[in-house]
Amino acid sequence: MGGFGVNNGTMQVGHIIAFINYMTQISTSLMMISMVFNMFVRARASTFRIGEVFAVEENTSWNSLKHEVTGERGRIDFENVTFSYTGQVQDAVLKNITFTIYPGETVGIIGSTGSGKSTLVNLIPRFYDVTGGTLKVDGVDVRRFHPHDLREKIAIVPQKNILFTGSVRENIQWGNERAGMDEIEQAARLAEAHDFISDAPEGYDTMIGQSGVNFSGGQKQRISIARALVRHPEILILDDSTSAVDVATEMRIKAALKKYAKGLTCLLIAQRITSVMDTDKIIVLDEGEVAGLGTHEELLEKCRVYQEIYQSQIGKEVL
Amino acid sequence: MAGKTNGYKGNQAPAPILPMGRPGGGGAARFRGPAEKPKNFKGTLNRLWAYFGKERNWLSIILVFIVADSILTLCIPYFIGRAVDAMSPGRKVNFNLLEIMIFVLAAAYIADAVLTFLQGWLMAGVSQRIVRRLRSHLFQKLQKLPVAFFDARTHSELMSRLSNDIDNVSNTISQSTTQLMSGVIALVGTLIMMIILSPVLTIASLCTVPLVFLLTRTIAKRTSVLFKNNQAELGRLNGHIEETISGIEVVKAFNHEEKAIQEFEEVNQSLLKVGLRAQIWTGFLMPLMNVINNFGFAMIAVVGGVLALNNMITVGVIASFLTYSRQFVQPLNNLANIFNVLQSGVAGAERVFEILDEKEEPDDSKDAATLQDPKGHVVFEHVSFGYREDVPIIKNISFEAKPGTRTALVGPTGAGKTTIVNLLTRFYDVTEGRIFIDGKDIRAYTRDSLRRSFGFVLQDTYLFSGTIKENIKYGNPEATDEEVEEAARLAHADIFINRMPDKYETVLSENGGNLSQGQRQLLAIARVFLAKPALLILDEATSSIDTRTERYIQDALLSIMEGRTSFIIAHRLNTIRDADNIMVIDHGQIIEQGNHDELMARRGSYYHMFYNQFKNVEEA
Repeated sequence: MGGFGVNNGTMQVGHIIAFINYMTQISTSLMMISMVFNMFVRARASTFRIGEVFAVEENTSWNSLKHEVTGERGRIDFENVTFSYTGQVQDAVLKNITFTIYPGETVGIIGSTGSGKSTLVNLIPRFYDVTGGTLKVDGVDVRRFHPHDLREKIAIVPQKNILFTGSVRENIQWGNERAGMDEIEQAARLAEAHDFISDAPEGYDTMIGQSGVNFSGGQKQRISIARALVRHPEILILDDSTSAVDVATEMRIKAALKKYAKGLTCLLIAQRITSVMDTDKIIVLDEGEVAGLGTHEELLEKCRVYQEIYQSQIGKEVL
Repeated sequence: MAGKTNGYKGNQAPAPILPMGRPGGGGAARFRGPAEKPKNFKGTLNRLWAYFGKERNWLSIILVFIVADSILTLCIPYFIGRAVDAMSPGRKVNFNLLEIMIFVLAAAYIADAVLTFLQGWLMAGVSQRIVRRLRSHLFQKLQKLPVAFFDARTHSELMSRLSNDIDNVSNTISQSTTQLMSGVIALVGTLIMMIILSPVLTIASLCTVPLVFLLTRTIAKRTSVLFKNNQAELGRLNGHIEETISGIEVVKAFNHEEKAIQEFEEVNQSLLKVGLRAQIWTGFLMPLMNVINNFGFAMIAVVGGVLALNNMITVGVIASFLTYSRQFVQPLNNLANIFNVLQSGVAGAERVFEILDEKEEPDDSKDAATLQDPKGHVVFEHVSFGYREDVPIIKNISFEAKPGTRTALVGPTGAGKTTIVNLLTRFYDVTEGRIFIDGKDIRAYTRDSLRRSFGFVLQDTYLFSGTIKENIKYGNPEATDEEVEEAARLAHADIFINRMPDKYETVLSENGGNLSQGQRQLLAIARVFLAKPALLILDEATSSIDTRTERYIQDALLSIMEGRTSFIIAHRLNTIRDADNIMVIDHGQIIEQGNHDELMARRGSYYHMFYNQFKNVEEA
């Protein structure tokens, strides 16, 4: 075509070259557009996934209501509490739980895996809200607390060791930013952590790797306990947090807590029956229900589930 | 933190999005961020080359295609020039020649497309086959490595080597090999064609080359630092996210949400700063390159025009030249880019080879015997062990376990109980001393037959995805259905299995997620019943399992220990009391040994431990 044009004198060779160049530009642009379109499709899929996260509703009511604490500090009441993760009563993980923990008491919670122990204590700081019944802290329904204020009162040592990147000191300070060095050391002493921390070459400035690779399981548990203690909580929850600590050390920690923690309400979830034997009160959970409540001796006498746990762990001969 | 983020370095370089297609306004160099520098570039490259093996034949075929293709691409501008000349002004248009040229051009374009496709197709096959071989070598290697190797590494790191690094290698092979070959050929070919057409014009168009080099280098220097920082910030950000999410309970319980957000914002902000600067600098490159390229075009036009006016060249030559000069710049950029890809690919390959070079579990000695129908007589003779030579974990342990007896290991966590058991099955080999089974050093048996003689019931039973039946048969694949059911019955596992919807054919989700811990343990016991080993290793559960299941387990364990030499890492008082021999382990040593009554009478550390742990029991 171009050739004819030139032949007739209606077109110049330069035009043809220009034309070819334009063509190349158009085809490049077309390629670009299809590429951009491709990327756009991918981006849309990702946007959708991000949107899904944003769309999750925060269904906890963040009641910022300030109010007088009427009841005793550190008191916990479970009144007919039912809870299920799905909100359906038939899937309830906890059923009709009723008990009261008085200020300063140390209460042991025992039960087989899946009996609802961890769920029970997770209700207290309002990680979840009850499905039925009422849960009171300091004599006030927890739903009337702002979770922030509620969690100020409570310190949890979770089942899983969670430490953060940083030094040991920073990790303990995490519990209470205003804590000075002496407070940190005191907390570490109570948690039986001071000795091994001081033994480390850099002492309290020893860096903890991600997920705390350089300390043993039991040592990490003790650092977690110190972190909770430095907070000066009203309520301390130990969710099976001495499982990797040997029995003698565990005993010393409990003794220290008793001495220091006058007025501190302490909930102790444990697998080992020996860990809860000497608490003021033991709650036995079985399939989401309270199967027994009382001291070790009382339970041993009348609670069947407790007897079974005892037998399987300690042995029949002793009885 | 550093250790973990390392894993996906290099691969995650946020490659700026720049057009990377063919012509346009002068190709743009594509930066992939700083390539991870391999330590031994040449050596690793050689090793990788060895992996090509038979694929080298394919590679030569591909090379032929590439050469053919390059020649075609080289000729195309020449044909264009001839076509232009065919209709040069002042003369009649030579339609014959024009027609031929148009056909030739069309044919050349089609051939180019076909050849490019064939190249890509063959190369994809080659690279995938190489990578498959590398991947299976790596996996086989992992199976042969001793347990100690896995203790020292995180799973995510190994996963990253198996996926990210291998991906890197595969990309490098498929991209770089062809691009490298075609790039060099195109570069040399274009240069030759240009010189043939007109040496003067060649010099004129090459003026811009040093400029391009200078520009690319200056900018690349800046951006590589920026991208490195970008990478580091991204690592920090990821670390923070990972920590916060995995520790969300604690973050919430301690009211640290605000602080976590604040920290995130800080890192996010500095990531923004670095990222922005990196992108701006890369963004500079393209327009600047365009300016230089257009400057080159102008040079060609001016010089070409003068030459054409003096009739030293034809207009067609100028047209060809313009295309050539464009073709010249592109492979130049490509080659710079390939070097980057090559570096990160070789770094990936290096990390893969690192694992391939790890010391394997030593082979069984040639005259290794098969351990058949063992009686189960076990003797430890001055056994010491440490992961590192200078830090012993087990120190000078000696004891004897007669066939059919029960040995309980007690002591605090970290005392070395599990390690002793692992030495017995040769997950680790002793550093000093000897272990005998039936009077013969265990290193004189094949590992396979040795481990086959042991049954394991561990705290947490690992189940494979598959049916219940398949899982029980794991210890004895030839067993019949009747035998499987019999074993399940002996283990008291039949009760819960029969309640499952598909009984023995019930498919277990990954690691038996739909079974309770106790039920998983019953399956483990059934496995042992089916495999009928002479020796048994039992790690008692510390946690309490629901009481009914617990009773079944106790019962099943009692019957399974009957007649088997058993080693029990014990936590329950009654198991300890029933043992024929109790070994109290602390700091890797046996501090006391004997049966319950003997040890109690001695009033040593066992007595104290017992008293501490169970004193309330005695009082009760």
